[in-house]
Amino acid sequence: MWSYILRRLLWAIPTALAVITLCYLMLHLTPGGPFDSERQVSAAVLANLQAKYHLDQPLWRQYLYYLNDLLHGDLGASFRYADWSVNSLVAQALPVSATVGGLSVILSLVIGVILGIAAALRQNSIIDYVVMFLGNIGNTIPSFVMGPVLILIFAIWLKHPDGNGWLPAGGWDGHAIYMILPVALLTLINVATIGRIMRAGLIETMSSNFIRTARAKGLPLRTIVFRHALKPALIPVASVLGPVAISAITAAVVTETVFSLPGLGKLIVNGASNRDYTLVLGLVVLITVIAVVFNLLVDLAYALLDPRIRY
Amino acid sequence: MSLLEVKNLGVKFSTPDGVISAVNGVNFSLERGQTIGIVGESGSGKSQTVLAMMGLLAKNGVANGEALFEGKNLLTMPAKELNRVRGDRISMIFQDPMTSLNPYLTVERQMTEVLELHKGLSRKAARVRAIQLLDAVKIPEAARRVDMYPHEFSGGMRQRVMIAMALLCEPEILIADEPTTALDVTVQAQIITLLKELQRDFGTAIIMITHDLGVVAGICDQVMVMYGGRTMEYGGARDIFYDATHPYTIGLLNALPRLDHDGAELISIPGNPPNMAHMPAGCPFCERCSLADEHCHQVLPALLPAEGKPHVLRACHKTGEPILRLKEVAHG
Amino acid sequence: MFSKRKQLALAGTVADLPLESVKGRSPWRDAMNRFARNKAAVFSVVLLVLITVACIVGPWLVPHSFDDTDWGAISLPPTWAGTHWFGTDELGRDILVRTLIGGRISLLVGLLGTIASVALGIAWGAVAGFLGGKTDSVMMRIVDMMYAVPYLLIAILMMTLFGREFYLVIITIAVFSWLDTARVVRGQTLTLKSREFVEAAHAIGVPTHRIIFSHIVPNLLGIVAIYTTVTVPGVILTESVLSFLGLGVQEPMTSWGALIGDSVGKMDQQPWMLLFPSLFLCATLSCANYIGDGLRDAFDPKDR
Repeated sequence: MWSYILRRLLWAIPTALAVITLCYLMLHLTPGGPFDSERQVSAAVLANLQAKYHLDQPLWRQYLYYLNDLLHGDLGASFRYADWSVNSLVAQALPVSATVGGLSVILSLVIGVILGIAAALRQNSIIDYVVMFLGNIGNTIPSFVMGPVLILIFAIWLKHPDGNGWLPAGGWDGHAIYMILPVALLTLINVATIGRIMRAGLIETMSSNFIRTARAKGLPLRTIVFRHALKPALIPVASVLGPVAISAITAAVVTETVFSLPGLGKLIVNGASNRDYTLVLGLVVLITVIAVVFNLLVDLAYALLDPRIRY
Repeated sequence: MSLLEVKNLGVKFSTPDGVISAVNGVNFSLERGQTIGIVGESGSGKSQTVLAMMGLLAKNGVANGEALFEGKNLLTMPAKELNRVRGDRISMIFQDPMTSLNPYLTVERQMTEVLELHKGLSRKAARVRAIQLLDAVKIPEAARRVDMYPHEFSGGMRQRVMIAMALLCEPEILIADEPTTALDVTVQAQIITLLKELQRDFGTAIIMITHDLGVVAGICDQVMVMYGGRTMEYGGARDIFYDATHPYTIGLLNALPRLDHDGAELISIPGNPPNMAHMPAGCPFCERCSLADEHCHQVLPALLPAEGKPHVLRACHKTGEPILRLKEVAHG
Repeated sequence: MFSKRKQLALAGTVADLPLESVKGRSPWRDAMNRFARNKAAVFSVVLLVLITVACIVGPWLVPHSFDDTDWGAISLPPTWAGTHWFGTDELGRDILVRTLIGGRISLLVGLLGTIASVALGIAWGAVAGFLGGKTDSVMMRIVDMMYAVPYLLIAILMMTLFGREFYLVIITIAVFSWLDTARVVRGQTLTLKSREFVEAAHAIGVPTHRIIFSHIVPNLLGIVAIYTTVTVPGVILTESVLSFLGLGVQEPMTSWGALIGDSVGKMDQQPWMLLFPSLFLCATLSCANYIGDGLRDAFDPKDR
């Protein structure tokens, strides 16, 4: 098991490193980019950049310094704000993204799996049509259309007697009510994918030979589904968690923009429109590493689910 | 009362191409401790016959007729009652031991759950019993291997696990659906011997589904030969094996290598199994039968006692001389 | 909009056309026959053609320009009176003509991005599959790695660095959407490689790059046709997301994504600004999805 983890790690590290190197080089080689000496920035920022990125050194040393900083968890300095490091900006934004993202991942997994099971066991029932309908919506209506539509319905059209909308259209003060629409949007998008795959996986599993054996043993349907069929049906779900996570990051960027949530996604979009190069670089590196680690965890979950995988 | 009495059993599947009758009007009975062989090529309906009895047909399949187990019809039994019979009093082993065991659960879990369910044993007691059974089917180091996953066993060993699992509750009937087809020839013989020994020790009645008459000869008391979803010939194993009177049975026997007829040629039956969607109006075997005439193509032969042997049933228009000649051809 | 009868007539011609042109090539004809029987797919072709034609021709027929302010009609709701049928935005610009112009951009990016991405995917997949061995495993490993990268973020970084030029949007999108095509083309190439005509070419000494591009690539066309249609919605979607975030197409030029992005802060006042571009975008995406599904079913009926 440990050698398996090690081998997977040995593949994850080059992936992260390749992305970091590529982004770093792109930043350096851009004419008029952040490390171009012609660049006009305030003296304070320039001092920060000098200290952080060792601009007086040759490129390869600058790169090694950067990697060293990353290894110590230092994502660099902001190109726009002299008083803020990327770390301090992340420290403010990460909890927001993690709360909304984490909640929606848990919700969509639980709801998606339950809906998928229900749909698979009652093919062509109402719940089956709901799952397929949700799947079609997920395919057709992108998150940045669905989000505004949710706002339109729940924050603008549906009003309390006092004239306020049922739910706030956006913003954040840590209250649960601000989380409802963003979490609902992210959940809606992922529930469709997970539910559809769970349904297909369970239908296929239920027609396999070993389920016939379980039925021949006289086991009740409940035991057959939860003891015999659930694990194999979850494997395809586990295998899409990686892609789902990647699309969830995309969706999170959109969601935070739509609902004005001060999370990582909003931070990166703001950084991009302000041309805060080093901030965007730091965030891209951070999120890529998170994504790669998540993919690694999914692989491990996969190995735990299937006893036939050799470590 | 027979232990099991199947009366006029039929199985129909609704497919995109229309309704297909996989099994038509099958009758047989089974006494305690006896063995019946159901023989036929693939598509003859032999597997569907037993799957229908066990309520294991595919979703688009419907069974009719009766399958009376101690007088109670399995086909109309409510699911709860049927689940008390399946695995406890009637159990089943399948053709492909590679896919018929759950790859995600240990052998221990797959065996103990049967005893927990039907006998109310604790997990611990069930485990002891499971190891006993694995010993009985001659799996070495059973106490250690019980905690392994199916993929850690060879094909023959997996089929032994299946058999042990099926015998856990000492069922009255064991249905074996081509239990040796997926295995090596030497392992096949071992499994058959094992089944015979276990039948002696446990007193279980066996329904043996096979396409191999050779398997039947060694183990069965009764034999039913099926073709195109219908019974062709049904009688005692000795009668069928040594004095077959149906052209199809004769054909099957001629296709079998035999040690007692040195130098005899192996003759395969010409043609392919029938297309179930387009069955002939008459005898299902008529298109491959060398004796078939216009009458055979038009009129379905009834299953009637054979001449001079009232306990053997056969469904064939031809009798006497032509049948004898057919047998002589084979024995040269 | 067109009458029902006209749509039906169009459906007829679209369904017949491919049948005529490929007479004598039975696998293609079988596939096209199956495709023509798929009502959802055929309807999607018709709708997509209608949307495309409207976006190309429409802006000339509407009596407004996409960046002109109509001072007499600021934030006008949709109305049949007058000529602002889809309403106007808070700058008095006509939403109908902006939606159509935006559609031109979205569809053009979809088309060019797809061509670039499919070309890259074919080249990568064919080379990897044909050369095999170490080269193949390294090349496919790179593909695996890229799957693990949250590409939108890299795209955001690229748009930040290199500016928001139209052609850069296309390149950025193409760089991250060729992975599926590469995988499938590699698989197909591996099976094609062992066929006789390739071995024959090898035997008479045709150079490797000639074999790849004149023997292997032409034989991949069926699968490429499918993957092209499957890639289109993804490319359009990516452009829309970037433009929605304000990182894609820049003002006064617009696209469906940019229009939707514009509308977000103004929904309580001008919900029609969200409605019309969203309708066009969602219709286009679902048409592309249904056509892709239809083609896949038509070429590979055993799959479902």
